[in-house]
Amino acid sequence: MNQALKTMVPVLETKNITMRFGGVVAVNDLSIQVNQGEIVALIGPNGAGKTTAFNVITGVYTPTSGDVLLKGESITGLLPDKITQKGVARTFQNIRLFKNLTVYENILIAKHLRFKADFMSATLQLPHARRMEKQMHTDTELLINRLGLQSVKNEIASSLPYGQQRHLEIARALATEPELLLLDEPAAGMNPQETDELTAFIREIKNEYNLTVFMIEHHMDLVMEISDRIYVLDFGVLIAEGNPDQVQNNPKVIEAYLGVEEDA
Amino acid sequence: MKKQYDKKRVVLNLILIAASVALLIYANENMSFYSKRIINLCAVYAIMGLSMNLINGFTGMFSLGSAGFMAIGAYAVAIFTVPVDVRAEVFYLQPMWPLIANIHIGFLPAMILGGFLSAIAAFLIGFPVLRLRGDYLAIATLGFSEIIRIAFTNLQTVTNGPLGIKYIPSFDEIWWPVGVAIVTTVFMFLLIKSTYGRAFKAIREDEIAAEAMGINLFKHKMLSFVISGFMAGMGGALMAGILGTIDPKQFLFTLTYNFLLIIVLGGMGSISGTIISSVIVTAGLEWLRIADEPMIMFGYHIPMFRPGFRMVVFSILLMAIVLFFSKGLMGTKELSWELLGNWYKRQRARFIKKDPSLKGGGSK
Ligand SMILES: Nc1ncnc2c1ncn2[C@@H]1O[C@H](COP(=O)(O)OP(=O)(O)OP(=O)(O)O)[C@@H](O)[C@H]1O
Ligand SMILES: [Mg+2]
Repeated sequence: MNQALKTMVPVLETKNITMRFGGVVAVNDLSIQVNQGEIVALIGPNGAGKTTAFNVITGVYTPTSGDVLLKGESITGLLPDKITQKGVARTFQNIRLFKNLTVYENILIAKHLRFKADFMSATLQLPHARRMEKQMHTDTELLINRLGLQSVKNEIASSLPYGQQRHLEIARALATEPELLLLDEPAAGMNPQETDELTAFIREIKNEYNLTVFMIEHHMDLVMEISDRIYVLDFGVLIAEGNPDQVQNNPKVIEAYLGVEEDA
Repeated sequence: MKKQYDKKRVVLNLILIAASVALLIYANENMSFYSKRIINLCAVYAIMGLSMNLINGFTGMFSLGSAGFMAIGAYAVAIFTVPVDVRAEVFYLQPMWPLIANIHIGFLPAMILGGFLSAIAAFLIGFPVLRLRGDYLAIATLGFSEIIRIAFTNLQTVTNGPLGIKYIPSFDEIWWPVGVAIVTTVFMFLLIKSTYGRAFKAIREDEIAAEAMGINLFKHKMLSFVISGFMAGMGGALMAGILGTIDPKQFLFTLTYNFLLIIVLGGMGSISGTIISSVIVTAGLEWLRIADEPMIMFGYHIPMFRPGFRMVVFSILLMAIVLFFSKGLMGTKELSWELLGNWYKRQRARFIKKDPSLKGGGSK
């Protein structure tokens, strides 16, 4: 019942967003709502417009029309860094780590947005800048230990095995201290065991850091197990929504998506 | 264990600093004018290399404007430090613009002014260009560099046009250039070590990810670009103080390629690499002057050696580096005692393998 109470507070809303690229309508009149404390999934066949929806939400693209609201406030047209500062963090479908930097540096960089001193104070290590710098290091150590990355802390990011790179990307997103976490196919390329571990990991961090999670995913086991609600997109249009049972049994969804990729 | 190691490093650093200072004092007292000029040029090239590496190596942008920023700094010194009473002689074709004809300042304020004017120029170019994605910056800065040169060629009453400005009070001591080079190097180390330096590297690694981590791309690129512009302005100012005479042709965009060579050879994203390679390149360019002289070997006149051949050799070297050492001397690493220690241990291990008797002690 606690859950039911929480579901009343929307963290993210999109109001009729449309994203056109020339003649292609990648996202068409999409309205969704993600409530505080929920794990919501966005699914749909390849090219359905899922990543584009994420890019509109995070400010990579300004929607052709429509509005994106974060906790009731419009964030449409803001730059990605501004939106991250407002508490939205994301991962990418094709992992985008700072490849030649260490695991530690990757996470430390994600703390830069909370650094409030100018570059001169930082360079000359003036007391207030020094204090903040120290805090960044403490927070980074803490997060690294908490997320079990201490053994690879000084490894170069691109040298990590694939699964761990995905793990690091989520850790880096968490380092920005988000309220809303967007995951774009976090289980892509993972085997069933890794996928199970990921499922547990997402649950864990969600509870520990009080997150709301909105994720794109193709692994149906994961989606059905973890999601409170699911939105289904096809050719940029929302064709269904509901809890896992409702979506699984929706004939439109079976036709558009599950029918094609039953094996997933 | 760690503490002890730190102590060792502090001692080594102190020895290094003391030795360098002693060496510089010795050089300044005893070396010929020509040798000191080469040291001074090394210092200026080091500053220019750092300036260019900040943008190209650390922030991952591609700028080719060094010569232009350098010209601004050089002319700030040239225009404002030439003694007022010789100005009529310098500007003999057309008198100097009355508004500035009587303004005279010392070298230090003129150098800082040069740095600021360059930084302002960087801001003005960066403002429209740095918002765009892609390599527009290379084109814009290359254009800027040429525009500055052409403008300085034609602003007769300010820059004395193509004739250039002579009688700039010059120094044959090494303290200004070497001093500024040291300050710039220390500043760069601290900047790159700071959270802003890490943000620059993040942009270099992946702009989109950096932005998603809350880093404002425009602001940080601009910061890097403006600091770099300031450094280049200082470098140009020092150049004017070293040479005593400057004209617009010295700042052809080909000058920028020297700095490009320095950062490619030293390592894009390595401060110590830049310093090492600025010395190699400057000294090498001087040494290569023999390629510009006629060469007679065994009574046979070798036809290739003639003015301009130096730059051919130079270009071939640049290509060879790009082809065979694409990461340069240092890559993105920095020289450190640990790195030297490891290198020494590896070399020693190799010798011991070849000749086991070298292994000291009673281990046999
Ligand atoms: N920047 C762009 N310019 C032009 N077209 C684009 C752009 N980004 C996406 N599209 C098009 O929009 C459509 C939706 O792409 P999107 O990447 O959002 O799909 P997706 O649902 O994430 O697919 P996948 O499951 O393959 O990741 C595709 O037809 C794609 O080609
Ligand atoms: Mg996608």
